[in-house]
Order: sequence, then structure tokens, then C-alpha cells
Amino acid sequence: MNRRLFLQRIVSLLLTLGLPVGLFTKKPAAAAVKNGKSGAKPFYGMGIDIDKCIGCAKCMEACKAENDVPKEPFFFRTWVERYVIKHDGSVSIQSIGTATNPSSETVVEKDILRSFFVPKLCNQCANPPCVQVCPVGATFQTEDGVVLVDDIRCIGCRYCIQACPYGARYLHPEKQTADKCTFCYHRISKGLLPACVEVCPTQARVFGDVNSVASPLTRLKRMNKIHVLKPYLNTEPKVYYANLDGEVK
Amino acid sequence: MLDIFRKLPDAVVRLAVVVILLAATVTFILSSLPPALKRRDLQRAAAVERESAREIKYAGAGTCAECHEMEYTQKKGGYHRNVSCETCHGPAKNHAENPVDFKPPAPRDRQFCPTCHAYNASRPRGFPQINPISHNPLKPCYTCHQPHDPKPPTVPGECQACHGEIERTKAVSPHALLECTTCHVTPEQHKVNPRGVRPTKPATREFCAQCHGTNSTVEGPPKIELATHGEKYLCWQCHYPHMPEVD
Amino acid sequence: MTPEMVERLSELARQVQGYIYPNEIEIHWSILIVVYPYLTGLVAGAFILASLVKVFNLKEVQPTYRLSLLTALAFLLIAPLPLLLHLGHPERSYEVLITPNPRSAMAMFGFVYAWYLMAVLLLEIWFTYRRDLILYARGERGLMRWVHRVLALFSNDVSPEAIAFDQKAVKVITIIGIPSAFLLHGYVGFIFGSIKANPWWSSVLMPIVFLFSAIVSGIALVILLYMVILPFRGEPIDMKCLDKMASFLFYAVIVDFSLEFLDFIHRLYESEESIKIISQLVLNKLIISLLVMQVLLGMIAPLALMVAIKLLDLNHELRKLLYFLSVLLIQLGIFSTRWNVVIGGQMFSKSLAGLTTYKMELVGIEGLLTSIALLILPFLVLAVLLKILPPWETPERVALESTATG
Repeated sequence: MNRRLFLQRIVSLLLTLGLPVGLFTKKPAAAAVKNGKSGAKPFYGMGIDIDKCIGCAKCMEACKAENDVPKEPFFFRTWVERYVIKHDGSVSIQSIGTATNPSSETVVEKDILRSFFVPKLCNQCANPPCVQVCPVGATFQTEDGVVLVDDIRCIGCRYCIQACPYGARYLHPEKQTADKCTFCYHRISKGLLPACVEVCPTQARVFGDVNSVASPLTRLKRMNKIHVLKPYLNTEPKVYYANLDGEVK
Repeated sequence: MLDIFRKLPDAVVRLAVVVILLAATVTFILSSLPPALKRRDLQRAAAVERESAREIKYAGAGTCAECHEMEYTQKKGGYHRNVSCETCHGPAKNHAENPVDFKPPAPRDRQFCPTCHAYNASRPRGFPQINPISHNPLKPCYTCHQPHDPKPPTVPGECQACHGEIERTKAVSPHALLECTTCHVTPEQHKVNPRGVRPTKPATREFCAQCHGTNSTVEGPPKIELATHGEKYLCWQCHYPHMPEVD
Repeated sequence: MTPEMVERLSELARQVQGYIYPNEIEIHWSILIVVYPYLTGLVAGAFILASLVKVFNLKEVQPTYRLSLLTALAFLLIAPLPLLLHLGHPERSYEVLITPNPRSAMAMFGFVYAWYLMAVLLLEIWFTYRRDLILYARGERGLMRWVHRVLALFSNDVSPEAIAFDQKAVKVITIIGIPSAFLLHGYVGFIFGSIKANPWWSSVLMPIVFLFSAIVSGIALVILLYMVILPFRGEPIDMKCLDKMASFLFYAVIVDFSLEFLDFIHRLYESEESIKIISQLVLNKLIISLLVMQVLLGMIAPLALMVAIKLLDLNHELRKLLYFLSVLLIQLGIFSTRWNVVIGGQMFSKSLAGLTTYKMELVGIEGLLTSIALLILPFLVLAVLLKILPPWETPERVALESTATG
């Protein structure tokens, strides 16, 4: 066989193996969740107790103020959904304070079977599909378990936005790069709480090191049945919901 | 060595030259790129730095206490003990750093408190809610409620102050005319210490039979035979007492 | 945010049905991302048609061999444009080549694309045309002479051994080329098919369906070009060639149709969680683009026409007319297919509880006019290529051939 063609084939094989090799590359941060020990660096997660959320949307306001998110009601790093489950089985979902909220719907108490609020945000997954698909590696997971976007490298292809199952990402209209909740990284790296946790009046949101044995997050995980969003997608979300209803999408 | 070149077809030699030139150009370009463009670890470290260096807007509840001890102590024992200062006063980091030039607002208008306290059917059971239109209209909230210790000036007269959803459900039900206390024995302390002191729920089937049993003398309510109707369960394990409709 | 943007998004918000996550208000991948797989599909399809000639020695289709290669090249050169135009930061696009994320299908695809372009397509074209380039250069003067000499890499060897080597090289490259072409468009399918967050896209069949619809559109395009260019040059159409290409097209459409039908049946039968919103999507938003354009006009009508041609003994003129109609409908159908996959997949919410809408702008970088321009551009590039690298016998070449070998 011609030597050159042999080399061509090897190169082609190697390039096309790039994808499968990438598939089996170890993701360092995920290992930290399994360790169960608090090492030198924390591994951050958030806990949300649905039974405590009053739907005041102060978290949404605070997030926009703290993180320079456009004030208009179209892009959110965090939002609150309202579920009204009626006797006839129908589920009505709205998101408070967003442009798509059909606020004209009035609820008649008589029809309600259950009703509650669900705060949502980036789940800072331990197995993040958004990090997997970014073509330039602009979005990445830090050692402390937060998924960040490098907005100098992001090319604005929006693949990560398509890959996020939770709708947590958006394209920042001015920066033209992908943007999302960062757990207020600039605050937590200085020992402060994320803005949404700081202002929540009922402590529906708690924050801490997933591996710590004494924190509000650990207490939430001890005292409640815990659920995460879309567990079947194996994204290993790190936002833990207590008292989450099965109707929540 | 040159023998090999002579033996290879002319086309291959020319292509080889092009490939080598291309490879050399690419290698040259790649090697002359600054490390910042090539090394992912440097880029990520820089991104983390940039992210960490963002401006902080909310100071955090602990910071306020350093100067505003009185309000902090006042808040500690009241119903708003878990509400951060900045929840109502907005971001105050700039105030913490420069207390003279930046003053966070103290919300005083009647639109503000209803963000949390206006009645909403989806709010959790027991959360104090009012109807902002009918609840002491025109008076600012702080006239009666000190925000740092917002105990109501009088003990709530009715259950619906905190149990609005139940009240509104019951109001259009067959049980509309029943007082809450008809079925729930409610100690006065419950109004002051709601989670510590709880009202009771009827513990026997005979309780509901007072009106709904075939032996009952009360006219109007539908009657059932106590011995045979749903014998295993307490009545409210099937019928929701606040909207006791039957299919 | 500009007032125009606020107005646009407010309008979109009003058109939402049901519940969507707040950030899903705008459709992120616009018509540019519909144009892109359409163009790369044509590349793969045209190349595979050309490969059939070399690998399986299909003499009847020989007349379109070079045309197919040039078509593939023209479309391959333009295909990255819609991607670049769509990026938020096209000036950073080089990052995909320098620091790609090896776990990203999109990044790895960049290398597959580069490999295919350089190692396969350009090489095959070069080896095919090398002799002619030398011969042209010998007979010309001025700019064209230099263009041809440079393209030939200043080669001057037209000995029988050199020609024989060229032909052998083409054969080997084609053999490597077929899986490379499969990889090229299969990868595009994988880029969609590997997104577990989106039930309309996430499917094992996606790369296969993309590939076969690419083959369909590519063959149809070459037939279309053949039927347009030859009469334009005043030359007769080789009916045997046309019939053979149409035959392959027919089989490709049958396979493509079967795969899409299988996907449809499978979804309905399994009736997973997403079936409700997907049914609403198809019946509310995709009735025209899917049921009418993709299925009825894009597949069933051409299939019916081609079956009619096979069964009935029609005269040449009628056959040509029906073929022409079929390939036009197929182009429409495959474009609709891409539309339904890309846009359709974004018109329902990941909450599986709502539908949104796509408002395509007319002007603007992601608008309709830009897309039309991008669809026309490859034909212009092809026109230039046909000038520099004529795929047919020219009087000059015939004359030169007799002097070269004689």
C-alpha cells in the first residue's frame, strides 16, 4: 500500500476518533461530588424548599441588579414559576414577571387542587451538557462546581443554549455571548451568599458546600425528600428541591 | 535519497511540496501565537479572575449589623428575623463603603409590602396575607407595622389573615356559614406562635355525624349512615372540609 | 437593548401558546442554520454521486462526474458562510481550530470538514483535472494560462505513466472519500441528534436521516444542473445518463422516505412524554412546512412522478419535464426538511408545555434576503469553477489531446 495513503488513513482515523476520545475523557469536577469528603475546595450547590417560596420575585430582582442582566423582562438568570393544578387535572404554569407570563388568568380557589411557586435557575450540573457541546470550551466547570462562561472566548454559536435542558441560558443581547447564573461567583468566592439567597425573605433558597456536613443545604437534604429537575437526563444537577411536585417540568 | 524522489510520480512530488509548505505555515502560525490564545488553562484562570472581580452590589446582612445594631437587634426577635436588610432596602454595598454619599431607599409606599403580603392563592399555607385594597386603605403599612418588628398592632381577629386561601375556598362552599372554630379548637396562643401552638382537627367520625349523621337533628346538611359509610376512615380523609363537594 | 429588540420580543411573547421557559422567547438558530445543513447536504450528495462513477464504474453517469465534483466544491466553499454570519462573534471563530473542545461534536466537525475539503475533494479534483490543466496552459496566453499553471502546481508531465497514476489516485481517494462524505453530513446530523435536551432532535436516526436526505438533495441538484447547463450550452442531454441518475435518486428517496416514516411510526407508537407537545407542534406550526412541503410535495409527489416514469414508456421530452419537476420539488422538500428539523425543534418549549413562534426578518444579517443570497452564491462560484475547470470537452482540449499523445 502507498505510504502516503496509509498516513492519510491514520490521520483521518485519529481525527474522527477525537469525538469518542472526548467522550471518555475524565471530567475532574464530577469526581468531587462522589468523594463525600470536604476537601480544601468547596463544591457548591443550592437547595430550594418549595413549601417556603412565596413567589415575591425578590430573587429575580436582586439577581438582575447584582449581575447586570438586562432589566427588560426577556432574559433571566433565575425566575419563579407558578403552578396551579386544578381538580380537572389541568396544569397551568406561568412565570412571574416575565414577558411571556399570561397574567390575565385569574384563579378561582374552588378549582384549585394544589398551587405553589417554583424558583428556577441554572442547576450547575455536575455532568453539564452545555460544557460538553461548547465548540471552543468557553463554558467550563470550575473546581468548586460552578459552570462559568468565558465571555472573551465565547463565539456566540448558541449550541450550549440548545443543549441546556432547563432553559437556564440566554444570549446576552449586548455582549452577544452566552450568559447564565453563576451562583454569583464573585460573591461566593469572597464568602458571601448569592444575591438570590441573600434576599429571599423566607429562606426558601439555601446555599452551601455539597460535601459539608453542617450547613443549611445539608439540613435541607437531611430533613426532606429531595428531587432534582429531569434526573433521567443524567445531568446531575446541583440544585436540590425539597417538596418538589411531580408536575414541575 | 534523491532516487526516491525520482521514482515518485511528478504529481506526488508537487503535492508533497504543497503539503509540507502548508504544514510549515500552520506550524509557524501556531507557534507564534501568544500562549493566551493557545492554552486553555490560562484562559480559564483568566476567566475565573474576571468573574471573581465583578462588582458586588449586595453587602450581605451581616454587614448592616456593624453600624445599624439597633435595627438588627429589633429584627432578630420578630417575624422578619429571616428577612435580610437588603430584601427591602435594596443593594447597599455602595452604602456600606460610603455611608454618606449613598443611602439605600426605605420603601414607604403601600405598593411595596404587598409584593410579599398581598393575597395569592399559590402562597404557602399560613403565610400572612392581606387584601391590599381593603386592608386599612390609604394608610401606609408602617403606620401600624414596624418593619423591623412587624407584629400586628392587634392580634388577628380572624383566621383569614393568614389562611386566606382556605377562607376563600370555604366562602363559596356548602360550609361557608361555618366558623373555623366550629371544627378547629384554636388556642389564642396560635395567633402569636402559629407553628408552636396548632389548632386541632376533628379526631372522630362522630364529630361530623353531629350534622351529617342520620340521627342528627340539624336540618339541611346531607345525611349518611355512620355505621356503613366509609367506615375505615375519618371523614376528612376523603372529603375536603373547606370544599366538601361530592362528585 | 434597543427599542426594536424590545418590540420584537414583546411581539413574540404575545404569540406564545402555553408555557415556555422565559429564556426560550427567541429562537436561537435561525434560517441561516437551516441553510447550512442544506448546503453541506448538497455537497455530500453530489460527491457520493460522483463516487458511484469511479468506485462502481458506472459508465452511464460518467458525463456528470466532473460536474458533480465541482458542484460539491462550490457548495463546500460557501457552506461555512451562514455559520460565520450567525455567530455572535465571528471574529473569534478561529478558536475552533486552535483550542477546540474535543468533546464537542461541533468542534470536531470543523476538522472533519477541513479534512474532507482538503484531503478528499480538492485532491480528487486536482488528480482528475491535472492533465487537462497542463494541456490548457500549453494552448493559452495571459491570465488563464497562469491560473491553470498555478492550479496544476506547475506540473508538466502528461506521460502515460503519470496519467495512469492520476487515475489510480482518483480511485483510491474516492474510496476514502465515500466514508468521508458520509461522515461529513452524518456529523451534522449528530450535532442535532446528540442533544438530549431536545426530544425532536435527540435520536439515533438523526445522522442517518440527514445523510440520506443529503444524498437525495445532492443527486437531485446534479440532475437539475445537468438539465439546465447542457441545453444552455446547446448540447444534447444524454438520456441514459439522466435515467441512471434518476434511478439512483429514486432509490435514495425510497430509503429516505422509509427512514422518516419509521421515525414517525416509532414516535407515535412509543408515545413518550414529548408526544403531546410534538403533536401540537406538527399540527399547529408545521402543517404547511412538514405535511405539505416536506412530505406531500417533497417526497410523495416526486416518488409518484418517478414511478410513473419507470412504469410508463414516455417520450424523451415528457420524461425530461417530469424529471425536472421532480428534482425541483425534491429541493423544496429537502429544504423544508431542514427547516422542520432546525426551526421545528425550537418552536416547542423544553418544558414540553408550550409553543413559541419564529419571526423571520426580511432584511438583516439573519434575514430572508441574506439566506437567498447564500443560496445563490454557490451557483455563482460554480459558474467561475466551470470556467476555470470545464467539465466537458472543449474544442481546445480536443485539439491539444491529439498533439499531446500524438
